[in-house]
Amino acid sequence: MRMWFVCRFCCPAAQSNSNPEWEAKVLEYFKGQLREKESHSWVPSLNDVPLHYLKPNSLVKFRCLVQDMFDPEFYMGVYETVDPSTKANVLRCGKYKDVTECGVDLNSRNTVTAERQTFYCVPIPGESPWAKEISFLSAARVVPSTSYVPSRQKRSYEEDDDDMDTQPQKQREPHTGGMGETPQIQPHGNGDSKRQETEAPSSQTTAPSDCSSHLDLNFPLPGERGPACLVKVYEGLDSFKLNDTLEIYGILSVNPVLTVLGEEKDPSLLLLNPTESMETPEEQRAHDPPASLVPRLHMLYARPLQHNNPLLPSAPTEDQSAFVSSFLVEMASVRAELLAYLTHVLLGDGLAAEYLLLHLISNVYTRRDVLPLGKFTLNLSGCPLNSYTERLYQIVQQLVPCSYRLSMSLHTMNSMRLVPKKDYVANRLVSGALQLARNTSLFLDETQLEQGQLDSSGVRNITALGNLISWQKVDYDFSYHQMEFPCNINVLVTSEGRSLLPSDCQVPLQPQVTPPNMEEYLTTIHMAQFTSQINKFRVYLSLARTLDYSISDEVTKAVEDDFVDMRKDDPQSVTAEDLHRMLVVARLLSLSLGQTTLSRDGWMRAKHIDMLRRSRTEQQKSLNGNEP
Amino acid sequence: MPRSSVHLLCISQRHGGWDQKSQIWTHQTKGQISTGVMSFACVSCAQASLFLLVSFSSGFYASPLNILPSEVDMSSPLMYGTPSSRVEGTPRSGVGGTPARQRPDLGSIRKAPQVDLHSEPPSADGAVASEQALGQKLVIWGTDVNVGTCKEKFQRFLQRFIDPTSNEDENAGLDLNEPLYMQKLEEISVVGEPVLNVNCSHVQSFDADLYRQLISYPQEVIPTFDMAVNELFFERFPDSILEHQIQVRPYNALKTRNMRSLNPEDIDQMITISGMVIRTSQLIPEMQEAFFQCQVCAFSTCVEVDRGRIAEPAVCRNCNTTHSLALIHNRSAFSDKQMIKVQESPDDMPAGQTPHTTIVYAHNDLVDKVQPGDRINITGIYRAVPMRENPRQSNVKSVYKTHIDVIHFRKTDEKRLHGLDEDSDQKLFTEERVQILKELASKPDVYDRLSSALAPSIYEHEDIKKGILLQLFGGTRKDFSQTGRGNFRAEVNILLCGDPGTSKSQLLQYVFNLVPRGQYTSGKGSSAVGLTAYVMKDPETKQLVLQTGALVLSDNGICCIDEFDKMSDSTRSVLHEVMEQQTLSIAKAGIICQLNARTSVLAAANPVESQWNPKKTTIENIQLPHTLLSRFDLIFLMLDPQDEAYDRRLAHHLVALYYQSEEQIEEEFLDMAVLKDYIAYARTYINPRLNEEASQALIEAYVDMRKIGSGRGMVSAYPRQLESLIRLAEAHAKVRFSDKVETIDVEEAKRLHREALKQSATDPRTGFVDISIITTGMSATARKRKEEVAQALKKMIQSKGKTPAMKYQQLFDDLRGQSEAAITKDMFEEALRALADEDYLTVTGKTVRLL
Repeated sequence: MRMWFVCRFCCPAAQSNSNPEWEAKVLEYFKGQLREKESHSWVPSLNDVPLHYLKPNSLVKFRCLVQDMFDPEFYMGVYETVDPSTKANVLRCGKYKDVTECGVDLNSRNTVTAERQTFYCVPIPGESPWAKEISFLSAARVVPSTSYVPSRQKRSYEEDDDDMDTQPQKQREPHTGGMGETPQIQPHGNGDSKRQETEAPSSQTTAPSDCSSHLDLNFPLPGERGPACLVKVYEGLDSFKLNDTLEIYGILSVNPVLTVLGEEKDPSLLLLNPTESMETPEEQRAHDPPASLVPRLHMLYARPLQHNNPLLPSAPTEDQSAFVSSFLVEMASVRAELLAYLTHVLLGDGLAAEYLLLHLISNVYTRRDVLPLGKFTLNLSGCPLNSYTERLYQIVQQLVPCSYRLSMSLHTMNSMRLVPKKDYVANRLVSGALQLARNTSLFLDETQLEQGQLDSSGVRNITALGNLISWQKVDYDFSYHQMEFPCNINVLVTSEGRSLLPSDCQVPLQPQVTPPNMEEYLTTIHMAQFTSQINKFRVYLSLARTLDYSISDEVTKAVEDDFVDMRKDDPQSVTAEDLHRMLVVARLLSLSLGQTTLSRDGWMRAKHIDMLRRSRTEQQKSLNGNEP
Repeated sequence: MPRSSVHLLCISQRHGGWDQKSQIWTHQTKGQISTGVMSFACVSCAQASLFLLVSFSSGFYASPLNILPSEVDMSSPLMYGTPSSRVEGTPRSGVGGTPARQRPDLGSIRKAPQVDLHSEPPSADGAVASEQALGQKLVIWGTDVNVGTCKEKFQRFLQRFIDPTSNEDENAGLDLNEPLYMQKLEEISVVGEPVLNVNCSHVQSFDADLYRQLISYPQEVIPTFDMAVNELFFERFPDSILEHQIQVRPYNALKTRNMRSLNPEDIDQMITISGMVIRTSQLIPEMQEAFFQCQVCAFSTCVEVDRGRIAEPAVCRNCNTTHSLALIHNRSAFSDKQMIKVQESPDDMPAGQTPHTTIVYAHNDLVDKVQPGDRINITGIYRAVPMRENPRQSNVKSVYKTHIDVIHFRKTDEKRLHGLDEDSDQKLFTEERVQILKELASKPDVYDRLSSALAPSIYEHEDIKKGILLQLFGGTRKDFSQTGRGNFRAEVNILLCGDPGTSKSQLLQYVFNLVPRGQYTSGKGSSAVGLTAYVMKDPETKQLVLQTGALVLSDNGICCIDEFDKMSDSTRSVLHEVMEQQTLSIAKAGIICQLNARTSVLAAANPVESQWNPKKTTIENIQLPHTLLSRFDLIFLMLDPQDEAYDRRLAHHLVALYYQSEEQIEEEFLDMAVLKDYIAYARTYINPRLNEEASQALIEAYVDMRKIGSGRGMVSAYPRQLESLIRLAEAHAKVRFSDKVETIDVEEAKRLHREALKQSATDPRTGFVDISIITTGMSATARKRKEEVAQALKKMIQSKGKTPAMKYQQLFDDLRGQSEAAITKDMFEEALRALADEDYLTVTGKTVRLL
């Protein structure tokens, strides 16, 4: 396919003359080819294969998040060159290319100017190591059409994995019992010492090179690595939005000329050529980074990703519905297993485990004017201190494809940039930790918060988190104004007392067991799970979220009656907000069991667990005295 | 023929035909003059090469898709005269001694006149041009512009165009029935500012063909306009002295409105876009002409910038020394230039995408006209330049750089700080849209429809929604400044108080999202400066910059303030001025000014005790100063009604919210966009006035309100309430798209006002509506009670006989023992204070002394 592709695009001039629709036909062809079974897995992925193993001008794919959208640019769609040997004028096509052939006749009448836009894309922020791993391995099964030697795969995977390790918690101990990295996937097993050896030099060598280039790749989350990409988009510009997650199929362009052109800065030229002096060095760096670091990708076709769980069939095809219906059968049993697992993890607290499960499958499924529906922010209060929350996060991370733990220490809150901000000097959107893909699990660790003063940026950060939780939106800072971007992020807050952030639902944790050694306890629980089991959980969580849901008229009536009765008994404590929450709980509860309609039983169950939870909070309140 | 002389020829030809012949001659060296007075054959030869030159650009002219090649773009010798011409120009066409001025905004190629020369009757040399031989009309190469006709048309436009319906602020003070632009020319002759701004929509309505040419070939047409206007001007005002010749600056080209819609077809066309300035560069001096001096013989020569480069003369023509010429910087000629970055204004953007930016170049006197943060409309020529071709590189980047050469700036927010501007944010409505809106307005239940479309996810609170709806429309603006009263407030202010969790914030969020100029702040997080304005030092320029806060930003919009009660007192005090006078006075760091803040305030407050205490008055519940409260037209309580039927409807509403599909919802309610347009349309075009019956009804209503209280010795209405009623009635008329306020409007205003009063100004002790709770912070009964206590205390002290000093605690206990009603410490203290005010006693510490 690559070979075919290259020749087609080297000489498109002929087509441009004979058949003006060739462009549309090419797209059709590629879409058709990619629709075919398995064919998309033949295309090497930028996420998995290091850039230097990929051939320039070949077809690659990239799983990414649109981090920034640059201004549209005009390029020479068709241009004329003079063939040096024959002296004949040749028409050439500039589409899907960064650089022209030599000897462009700038004055040709045949030049056609066309428009395209550049998106700055980064790998999906916070993608869990297991998701990367599995998608990598499944891609490696089919030998890609590159010179990439499979024997080196191991190495590159380690580099990837290494990113994740150095990421949020550097203090991660020498291999924490291989959470999720079970022997099947991890051929090295628990060869800790071996891994350490390979890791150490790689992190050392990469770190300084990153610094020396002074190139901030603008990843939303700190410590992420992976290829960022400048994606040139030719069609359907309006259909893409910021923060979309896409799988992009396109032509890789890493022409070193790009870099040279960018760096060549003759001061005398600057003065006389106004167009070049326009760009500040910062802007130049942001928009024209060296192609070796930030490759260009000319988009042929992009598929919006509903999820990035590699265990689920990605394309919405027949086999997906087949997959869903087959999985629905075992839904209830998987749920029970997962619940048991989470109960163990939450120190034997079954109710908290139930709520955690509901939280993990929550999803903003629609918005009514400003109100997001379906969000379910959970506040787990009363968490034991001493790195319990960290462990908890690692377990959550093993279950969901995308997650991030924000340790809300005073220092991070004051210093970290949560909200993306437009940098007008470099003319780009400087990313912040709240620029996340849909359905990312954001784990806010409030147990890390100590007493002290929040400065103005700290207050802004807290406000941003509050807005995110209440309205599921982030107000990006455009300096002269703010712009609202809706988001869909599952926020889990762990705290000692009630969280200072708003939440949909607070569950005080009531540990039933007090293991003497928390770490050992959690590690054992984790080790007891087989990979196949964990994979089932992963599929379950992603799938439950995508199910449709409805309420029948009959149940509606019952719910209404129930609400009126509850109000009758105790009008003070049952408010509209409670009904909102119970409706969400009922929805999630039904979905978690694979039921797509609300049944009476489902409603009663929702009411029941909500009552249990409430009595627990009341209890907590009376214990703590006059907590508001 | 060498190329340099080709250039020269073009110049001389052009100026020969026109107005600047003499400078050219003086400027040129001897050898080249002879080529100027050329034989016929030589001209045609020149013409051949000239065509060669022009044909570079022919591709681009033939199809605007193509790009202007850099070669021609930079060939500035073809520019309008030489810089020296500015000093000694003697234009021929009666433009007595006024120098022309370069127009870098039109780009550097001035080839337009080259071809049109042939159509100029006085210049005989053009007569043989092949085009004329064909008997066709002569046009500028690559265009369909004939200079003569174009000039004539424009002069006719200037002399005849009348716009009797004009309401532009720029035309203020002009007689609308006289030719508009002739009056402007007169203005120029008086003021001496040689710039004529021409509204393109005027040109369009006068001569659509001329307009099309202007849009498509601005580079050629605008100089023609310049010529035309100058001829006309100096014919009329032969004695006036201007700094330079008049330049025509067209604006308001209807071609493009939005930065996002710019595409390759707009290249080299005139466009108007709106946006916000985000960055301005330092002034860039651009060399127009380099001055060289020979180091050996001090012979000097000038070289013009050619394609962005200066060809340094290798040999001195005087002494024939090679490489002896040195550039003398301070004798070279430069022009001003500034790079400005403009970003799409947030209103024009599709949701979920980032704003686009465009680079704009301002030249000469347009430099430093705008500041970052300004919202402007730019009229200019859209350019695309290929990335520089590097001689060392065989292949180039296939990308063009685009920018706009600005011709005209128009600030859109400038007037917001100063005057009234109903038309500045005028939204253009299409015919069909207006039709839809009118249809909607003609429905009898439009009021209910709109109010139910407002925040459909929030259940019931119909009256509150109606109140907010009227707030969105606002009253009619009245100007009484002639009679000394100043502006009457037309904006409706609303306060929502109520229990936490009654979706107040949600309502505020909704309104904030609905109105174009809404601001949302939270009382807790905002300071007085954040609300008003603050002075900031720009880190780069060290200039003091006035940054406006939420209230100023929401001028003509709605400022939503959540957690109003949590606001600090100093912050709240700012609101006093805003909520009645609608202005903000600022005196900070040497900047003293008064800004307009004609904003409606929609505030939400929680009760102090977190739960609304029905036994207390509004003031007691929310602890806000009554001076502020009385400035709210409507104060609503959002309370939990706690009744079964309500609960059932609420439950039904909420459950429906969770399972209805998107389409069902849309069927039920009006689209948010329609609502937005409806409000915008009504606000712009409908200005209802009271009719006779309505005035009568208002008077009656007011008298009735006064009467209610007077029976019980209370005042239940003040003139402020009457004003509120008028505003509400006007707003209701706007909802109906009616130009007259009728009795039904007054009825609804009365009802709503009464509803709000009933909720917020009911005295919990008596159950009567008592407006003094809001106007004085205390109900009449409470005041009466206070007096009674004071009198009782006085009596008690008097009965004690002559005791000059008493213990505070003793007195309190005595009074409590004596009174049959429970006396709190607060009441006691208030009574003491009242007596102290009467100069009956003084309180010092714990002792009370009689005076």
